[in-house]
Amino acid sequence: MKITTELVDYISDLSRLRLPEEEKAAMAAELETIVTYMDTLNTLDTAGVEPMSHVFPLKNVLRPDQVVPSAPREELLGGAPERDEETFRVPKAVE
Amino acid sequence: MRELLELSALELGAAIQKGEASIAEATQAALDSMAEHEGSLNCFITQAGEEALARAAALQAGAKGAESPLYGVPMALKDNICTRGVRTTCASKILGDFAPPYSATAAERMAQAGALSLGKLNMDQFAMGSTTETSFFGPTRNPWDTARVPGGSSGGAAAAVAARACWFALGSDTGGSIRQPAAYCGVTGMKPTYGTVSRYGLIAYASSLDQIGPIARTAADCAAVLDAIQGRDPRDATSLDAPAGGLLSSLTGDIRGMKIGLPADCFGEGLDREVRAAVLSAADVLKARGAQVEEFAFPLMDYMVPTYYIIACAEASSNLSRFDGVKYGWRAQGYEDLTDLYCKTRTQGFGSEVKRRILLGTFVLSSGYYDAYYKKALQVKALIKGAFDQAFAKYDLLLTPVSPTTAPRLGESLTDPLKMYLSDIHTVPVNLAGLPALSMPCGFDSAGLPIGAQLIGPALGDGAVLNAAHAFQLETDWHKRSPYGKEAE
Amino acid sequence: MTWETIIGLETHVELATQTKIFCSCTTAFGGAPNTHCCPVCTGMPGTLPVLNEKVLEFAVKAGLALNCQISRKSRFDRKNYFYPDLPKAYQISQLYLPICHDGAVDIGGGKTIRIHELHMEEDAGKLVHDPWTDQTCCDYNRCGVPLIEIVTEPDFRSAEEVISYLEKLRSTLQYLGVSDCKMQEGSLRCDVNLSVRPAGSEEFGTRTEMKNLSSFKAIARAIAYEARRQIERIEEGKRVVQETRRWDENKDATYAMRSKENAQDYRYFPEPDLPPLELSEEYIDALRAAQPELAQAKRERYQREWGLPVYDTEMITSQKALADFFEETVALGAPAKQAANWIMGEVLGQLSAHGLEARDMALTPPTLARLIALVGEGKLNRNTAVKVFEAVFDTDGDVDAYVKDHGLEQVSDAGLVEAAVDQVLAANPKSVADFKAGKEKAFGFLVGQVMRLLKGQAAPAVVNQLLRDKLSQ
Ligand SMILES: [Mg+2]
Ligand SMILES: [Zn+2]
Repeated sequence: MKITTELVDYISDLSRLRLPEEEKAAMAAELETIVTYMDTLNTLDTAGVEPMSHVFPLKNVLRPDQVVPSAPREELLGGAPERDEETFRVPKAVE
Repeated sequence: MRELLELSALELGAAIQKGEASIAEATQAALDSMAEHEGSLNCFITQAGEEALARAAALQAGAKGAESPLYGVPMALKDNICTRGVRTTCASKILGDFAPPYSATAAERMAQAGALSLGKLNMDQFAMGSTTETSFFGPTRNPWDTARVPGGSSGGAAAAVAARACWFALGSDTGGSIRQPAAYCGVTGMKPTYGTVSRYGLIAYASSLDQIGPIARTAADCAAVLDAIQGRDPRDATSLDAPAGGLLSSLTGDIRGMKIGLPADCFGEGLDREVRAAVLSAADVLKARGAQVEEFAFPLMDYMVPTYYIIACAEASSNLSRFDGVKYGWRAQGYEDLTDLYCKTRTQGFGSEVKRRILLGTFVLSSGYYDAYYKKALQVKALIKGAFDQAFAKYDLLLTPVSPTTAPRLGESLTDPLKMYLSDIHTVPVNLAGLPALSMPCGFDSAGLPIGAQLIGPALGDGAVLNAAHAFQLETDWHKRSPYGKEAE
Repeated sequence: MTWETIIGLETHVELATQTKIFCSCTTAFGGAPNTHCCPVCTGMPGTLPVLNEKVLEFAVKAGLALNCQISRKSRFDRKNYFYPDLPKAYQISQLYLPICHDGAVDIGGGKTIRIHELHMEEDAGKLVHDPWTDQTCCDYNRCGVPLIEIVTEPDFRSAEEVISYLEKLRSTLQYLGVSDCKMQEGSLRCDVNLSVRPAGSEEFGTRTEMKNLSSFKAIARAIAYEARRQIERIEEGKRVVQETRRWDENKDATYAMRSKENAQDYRYFPEPDLPPLELSEEYIDALRAAQPELAQAKRERYQREWGLPVYDTEMITSQKALADFFEETVALGAPAKQAANWIMGEVLGQLSAHGLEARDMALTPPTLARLIALVGEGKLNRNTAVKVFEAVFDTDGDVDAYVKDHGLEQVSDAGLVEAAVDQVLAANPKSVADFKAGKEKAFGFLVGQVMRLLKGQAAPAVVNQLLRDKLSQ
């Protein structure tokens, strides 16, 4: 599998990472080595095999619909890089 | 003091209960040892000596007749396990001085059992790495040879236990992160069955694979720790409703008739000669105590690492998206708008190995590649689970190496990520299948570095794994060796 | 050329649970910012979701009522994207195995809308722009409020059909008790997918998506606007671009959003923190058996039991709160037809005048039942009763006390009425003469005069009778 710098740009964008121009080619090459190695999975026939997302036959884990008091707001806002009395603050979120 | 440091956690716990040692005395001994070695080892990200001494004093009154065999025993926590009000960094820049307003269930249960924490341990950043070199706080070094890595990602935990800076530690294991550093540092580490220890408060790397477990001096110590932390937690929907406790009391050391399989494919090419020899001699020890040991074919080994890295990176790319400089942690300066804030914070706040895995994970989930990589990996995972099921239809336990080599030198591994990933070959299958597995010291190589052997059990076979390791440790003294042994004598 | 509009709907409905979908914080509306939050719903590291059993139950109930297939095996997935209203940077939703699928809703007039799927997911937080600093303030109270998203096939051909469907949907969900469907609080919101094609064509045109429409009026106008815009473009020889557009209520127009990030790649994958769901036949059967009576069944019963006209039953069952109100009023002894008349007339009138929904009305069934009883007993005339109704509507005031305090009891004392009649006849000889000369209009005038003298509190029947008796003497 060929990993181009365009593909690196695309997945960087999705990941909200922005590699410096000079690192992109190196990252593309590294990812290509790894992804090519991952391609060995294609030598295995998995036709008809159900993808397994959870290893254990654990199912229907539910909790009762009972209100528990929420956390003190100060605990939640306490670590925010930027905030006011009541909310977290970010630069204008544009639509 | 020195003698206290050489006790196992259970021996120290017993001494505390009998009044032969005070909790403060033990705590001070550990702090002294820490002070002596921390400068060269860098095991701790956050030290909590004063708090530990205060807690030691508070605990002392309850020592006599304490229910828990670990009452008053000083321990430490890997820095991805949340501790209320105490900085929890995942060895990253991006979490900054994040002090969670809650504690991990495992940390709470340890505290309820009367253990006291000396601080938070170094690790690979976000548990991504096999050497503890990707830590934002600098690498931890191996107490057996400070030019070597301690392994990872729970490298600080394994090194601290080996260096007698604490009697045991809680680490986390996603693809070997407890077992491999335990092997490199000559201590005993166990990844329990997935779902038996709550993940609540463990900062996620790969949710379907992560599991908290103990690193200690002995298998019996590990059993005692698991007795304290296992059991269903309503805050973790993936925690199993299986009976918990009783592991320690079930350790008999009697393994007569136990069937142990040696997967031939784990002893082939790429395995260091000395490691192979040590692990095979461990098999002989088990045989000598009455186990039946037999080689068998275990295919699929070539597919373990790709499957693991696809699944782990995919989940990581999603789990680590929440670190964006908005709600907690570190935020980059000089951003132009919201997207720029996200990008600058994440690009500058994550280390390069973390970014590599986020990109890999984003790639395998992205449109057009999902089926070829992520879905394929989930299918192979099903086959791997099936292969283990078959193996455990024939054997009670499997015995394998932990790592193909002993601890590498600092700086050797990071230059070639794929090579580093490949060294996880013996540990990652266990996480993919959710199984319990333990790493125990089984010898030293000619450079004097510890070698580990891995015992793997079927799901919920934690007791059998521990019992076999206990039997082994009754017969051998590798686990009693100290990197400072000569000084101690 | 005539054009056909093709519409599909994605409706987000907030469930009426006490707690959020994955944590135990309250779902109560309002509340100071970030006070209905905990480490789980603010996405703090290491925290984990645990599913609220009521969310599953409500989703299945809704699916059953919408004639859906209930998935025996279901699962949650993560939808990944960065936005400050989403603290984990992923929404836990369902893509691969939604809880319900393949349903159908009869919207009347022989038209059925097919339901593609119904899935469970979590709501996002609220963002408020601060014009002073040009920043955005994030309030996570809504984060994790449970939603079901109901996706239809592109079966609508007009705004009217869309509104009929939404009214039916709202009524059904309210009857089930799974949602209050308060549009003004955002508990029912729609995304509209719309395309146009020449009438008779089989192919679909390029569609646009309009997000977050939160009133029936906005939906109808947005559909009209967007259909017109697309038709005009095509007629001008331009192409419709597949994009997401936002409806601007003030400008009465849609405009394109975020075209830069048009290719959304959400990288859905199974949520590893939540084990799958596997529903047993018993579980589904028990919910099916416990389904409450829905609007259609009520309409049929009202016709059968009380002989109400179809029109009345439709009006009364249009909102569950209204139907409940009606049934309680009748249970308190009010004749069904009279209760129906009051509800269709005065109750709906006052609700609309106050801009209220029936479920928010203060007035209780005992109050209306008492009023109807007073009229029936001849103690209040209907017009006065309406005035009393209007006076007590806001506060559910005491009818008897109000009538007494304002001296509104109806005068049915024949002696009193007779005295007034005599007085009026004596004072209006011309009208008496006119009546006797055959001018029926004069009779009405005389009735009016008597009523005026008695301040409108006389029983009209008694006045009529006495007047006729006296005039024929
Ligand atoms: Mg949705
Ligand atoms: Zn919450």
